[in-house]
Amino acid sequence: MSARVPGRPSPVAARIVVAVVGGLFLIPLVAMLEFTLRQTAGGYGLEHWAALFDPENARRYRTLFQGIGNSFALAAIALAIVLVLFFPTIVLVHLRFPRLERALDLLTVLPIAIPAIVLVVGFAPVYRVIGQLFGSGVWTLGLAYGVLVLPFAYRAIVADLQGMDARTRAEAARSLGAGWGTVLVRVIAPGVRRGLLAASLLTIAIVLGEFTVSSLLNRTTLQVALLQVSKSDPFAAVIVSLLSLIGAFAVLLAVSSTSSATRRRARRGGGPFAGALAAPGAPAAPAPVSATAKES
Amino acid sequence: MPTDPSTTGSSVRLERVAKSYGSTTVLHGVDLELAPGELICLLGPSGCGKTTALRCIAGLEPVSGGRVLIGDEDVTGVPVNRRDIGMVFQQYSLFPHLTVARNVEFGLEMRRVPRAERSARSADMLDIVGLSHFAERFPHELSGGQQQRVALARALVTRPRALLLDEPLSALDAKVRVRLREQIRLIQTELGITTVFVTHDQEEALAVSDRVAVMEGGRIAQLGTPEELYRRPASPFVADFVGLSNQVNGRLEGDRVIVRGAELPVMGTPATGGAEVRVYVRPEHVRLGAGSQRGGGQLDAVVVSSGFLGPIRRTIVQFADGDTLAVQHGAEAAYGAGDRVRVSFAAEPVTVAPRS
Repeated sequence: MSARVPGRPSPVAARIVVAVVGGLFLIPLVAMLEFTLRQTAGGYGLEHWAALFDPENARRYRTLFQGIGNSFALAAIALAIVLVLFFPTIVLVHLRFPRLERALDLLTVLPIAIPAIVLVVGFAPVYRVIGQLFGSGVWTLGLAYGVLVLPFAYRAIVADLQGMDARTRAEAARSLGAGWGTVLVRVIAPGVRRGLLAASLLTIAIVLGEFTVSSLLNRTTLQVALLQVSKSDPFAAVIVSLLSLIGAFAVLLAVSSTSSATRRRARRGGGPFAGALAAPGAPAAPAPVSATAKES
Repeated sequence: MPTDPSTTGSSVRLERVAKSYGSTTVLHGVDLELAPGELICLLGPSGCGKTTALRCIAGLEPVSGGRVLIGDEDVTGVPVNRRDIGMVFQQYSLFPHLTVARNVEFGLEMRRVPRAERSARSADMLDIVGLSHFAERFPHELSGGQQQRVALARALVTRPRALLLDEPLSALDAKVRVRLREQIRLIQTELGITTVFVTHDQEEALAVSDRVAVMEGGRIAQLGTPEELYRRPASPFVADFVGLSNQVNGRLEGDRVIVRGAELPVMGTPATGGAEVRVYVRPEHVRLGAGSQRGGGQLDAVVVSSGFLGPIRRTIVQFADGDTLAVQHGAEAAYGAGDRVRVSFAAEPVTVAPRS
């Protein structure tokens, strides 16, 4: 018989807590589902679900599908910014300019600390210039989203990086003849793959849930389109909201499970590299909930 | 100093190498030359600049002045990945996502060696370090000692011009350290690779080196064979750092020093004739005899403590005036606290320094 871990609830208590919290989260989702199943003529059916995906209604829901497409494109751009720009920069600062880490830490908190509306006011003149230079395509919003996801992506990556003794590994690889590009891709990236995965999933979740910036900068994204459609067809808006909530939940579950796997491996002791694997992407995991709440 | 023409290593030369961080200078124009195939230990306490010197040779730290030459090539401005060196770090620096074999092959891959040759050379090198049956394991499945052997294989498989070892045994337990340092020395001699070994452990340095450079405050305090260092330390710092030394007061008289009435020869030419000096006496150069009857040159003392160290014992004795001496003697002579003993000094040359 295994002894109870002090401070940890009994299995029964844990199940009750999970059931109560899960129930509280499920109630609005079930209510949304119930709402979407209501038939216009009374009773329950899949009338509104079928209508949403009926090609004949494509014109009616064009804005909605455009918003979905834009949001996915923006998620891809933000993801590219995280992986191609932020990740190498974070590694560079960590390895070559460690004195700048504190400043970078502070800098990356700013997008959370500054209210979205203030950010937009700041973005506006920048976007005027961007508009003149590159036009006002929806993709330009990806730059603003890069700033919005920075705090979450940064924390997820840097936590892993600090736990893996990146400096020694990079020096070992360099002494074996590797250039900086090889060090980044072949040595550092595999060591922080969980952090990179967490950063990527959080980026997707944040971009798909973002409303304030896109609305104020007049770009059609999923959340903006949902608001528009909800005025004429609340059923379609609720269906897409429900699907996006389930999608976001799945993404967060994936983030959470990657960090749990990290902790499990660290607990197993994974030899002298346990420290390297113990770096959790976890601290960032709950973040998008608050971020999404703030954004919308 | 081995200069065998069959050696694969190159000479390594530091010429007036200096390194500063802002206003702090950690290396003050260090000069050092290693012959091909030679193993030199950089030995010294923390902060003496030994690791910085090694990192300057590796190219991991840019030098603030002077030159680093490997073979005839001036590599001062050459980045670390083009210096053709092998390096083993204090921390286990294997890549945890790669198997042992892939770790060893990494350097060959960087040099675009064909796959078949990579596998063969990696297998050979793992065989040399005695880990061929661990090739498909991941680093976390190995012990610390095994990981450092893999790191050694990885550093050597590219046949580098020089091998740089940065306290490679510090993280290991005592027994593994001794075994592994012997293995490192054996492989280094067999391959004839020029090696710089950084350590703060004087026993380790004396055991594996052709020559040892004792560093103090960013300078080389003495460079010599282990025996020279131990028997003829050039300064009180070296005498104190390499091996154990008793520090006792004495008075210089010509080329001899008087310590508690005993006359001892002084190493080198003492600079402070007729002066009161500090004398460094090795514990094994002090003799103990039982009883309190005083013979020629013998002094009465009382045993404070005596520790058993396997083949030897180390006994601390105290004189009537309160001064203590550490004495090293055979384990067969056992003393207990409070025993009265007679102390005498062997006529071995001692190091002296002005008394501050």
